[in-house]
Amino acid sequence: MEVLNNRGVEDYQTAGPKQSYFSPYSFNGGSILAVAGEDFAVIASDSRLSEGFSIHTRDQPKTYQLTQNTVVGACGFHGDVLTLIKVLKARIKMYLHEHNKDMSSTAVAAMLSTILYYRRFFPYYVYNIVAGIDDEGKGCVFSFDPVGSYEREPYRAGGSASSMLQPLMDNQVGFKNLPKQARVPLSKEEVVKKVRDGFISAAERDIYTGDEVVVNIITKDGVEVERFPLRKD
Amino acid sequence: MAAVEGPMPGFSFENCIRNRHLEKIGHKAPTAYKTGTTIAGIIYKDGVVLGADTRATEDTVVADKNCSKIHYLADNMYCCGAGTAADTEMTTQMISSQLELHKLNTGRKPRVATANRLLKQMLFRYQGHISAALVLGGVDVTGPHLYSIHPHGSTDKLPYVTMGSGSLAAMATFEDRFKPNMEKDEAMKLVRDAIAAGIFNDLGSGSNVDICVITKDKVEYLRPFDEANIKGKREGNYGYKRGSTAVVSTEVKKIPFEVVATQVVSGTEAMDTA
Repeated sequence: MEVLNNRGVEDYQTAGPKQSYFSPYSFNGGSILAVAGEDFAVIASDSRLSEGFSIHTRDQPKTYQLTQNTVVGACGFHGDVLTLIKVLKARIKMYLHEHNKDMSSTAVAAMLSTILYYRRFFPYYVYNIVAGIDDEGKGCVFSFDPVGSYEREPYRAGGSASSMLQPLMDNQVGFKNLPKQARVPLSKEEVVKKVRDGFISAAERDIYTGDEVVVNIITKDGVEVERFPLRKD
Repeated sequence: MAAVEGPMPGFSFENCIRNRHLEKIGHKAPTAYKTGTTIAGIIYKDGVVLGADTRATEDTVVADKNCSKIHYLADNMYCCGAGTAADTEMTTQMISSQLELHKLNTGRKPRVATANRLLKQMLFRYQGHISAALVLGGVDVTGPHLYSIHPHGSTDKLPYVTMGSGSLAAMATFEDRFKPNMEKDEAMKLVRDAIAAGIFNDLGSGSNVDICVITKDKVEYLRPFDEANIKGKREGNYGYKRGSTAVVSTEVKKIPFEVVATQVVSGTEAMDTA
């Protein structure tokens, strides 16, 4: 049946508005893990960069040294990681020129939070962990969500194998579910050993973690880097 | 009428309507194990060589580090499976059963072409819903044969085939180095390298290389044929000391019981082990 409107003109249909989609994010895998010690901090990541079922490169560690004693671990969408690190380094350099001193680890963490929240409605798809030495000379670790919520913690895992590394660290570094006498502060060497072993285990079960683990050991004197091989399959 | 009725033959669809409703109100369907896989096979001078990796995944987590993907079909035939683990396992088991009955009925060794037709007709019937991508190889009275079978039921008969998420890496190796009428050692090395290419370059494949060599009157099932990469060695000791688990409270209770019967057995009599 013909449909007529009240002017007696035949009704017609327009195409109407059409929604087109843009997918700006992808996921490139990788895991990060940071532990704060008495006067040191350790932050490590694996070196695999992947997408879907393919490996882009076996040599892209996801930790970035920002100052003399601050290292950030960043994983998720690698395009956003690169941009975020570029912005962070630029802002830290501006701070250096304005104040004639390096930014402290705690200040880097606070600034990262505001940089992330600035993009609240089109976020950087990046999981960040900042490790360094605080103003009192103690090791510090800050963990972030992609939109800027952050918190100081004694240890933290992030990225694709975070759900495997975190409970292991809860037990081995946080001494959860262990008797009181087991709670003795860990030395730098012990922490590096546990972090390394954690990545070896994560590489067994997480397909996005592997190739190599890069461990950054932060003290007041600077950052030392150690690399260990992981599974390559 | 029989006293006990067996289940209806074929798949049960009785929960479909309920599950569609559950999905609509926000429940997710369970995920099945997938063997994001590298499987491959070649024909060589005296028979066929089949190969497979041993990783099974559930999304991004490795569910099984050493699963078996080369399935038995008949004494002269094996079949590599990629896709949903349950589908490849059950499909090969069902066809294996049909081939055995066929052998008993005819009194002849089953042919590879027969297995191929049984598999493709079953997969075509289910229109791709049975996620099984197969590499079928064997030797029968007419010689060695190798097929690849896709989940929708199409098949190819070729001298070298690959399947699964690592099929491109494996096929690249074959395209580079395959030649007709190879010697056994050379053929096995080529299949190993093709599977290893999948293991290292495809995240869905990993762990070890399994190989199965089928000739006119012998089958060699080598599992593992090669451990493509060694497991990382941990430095620390992660055993727990006795008493690591806290005891919250202790209570000792007596279990009351009555003596119902006693039996006296002489010492020389042998113990009854029936």
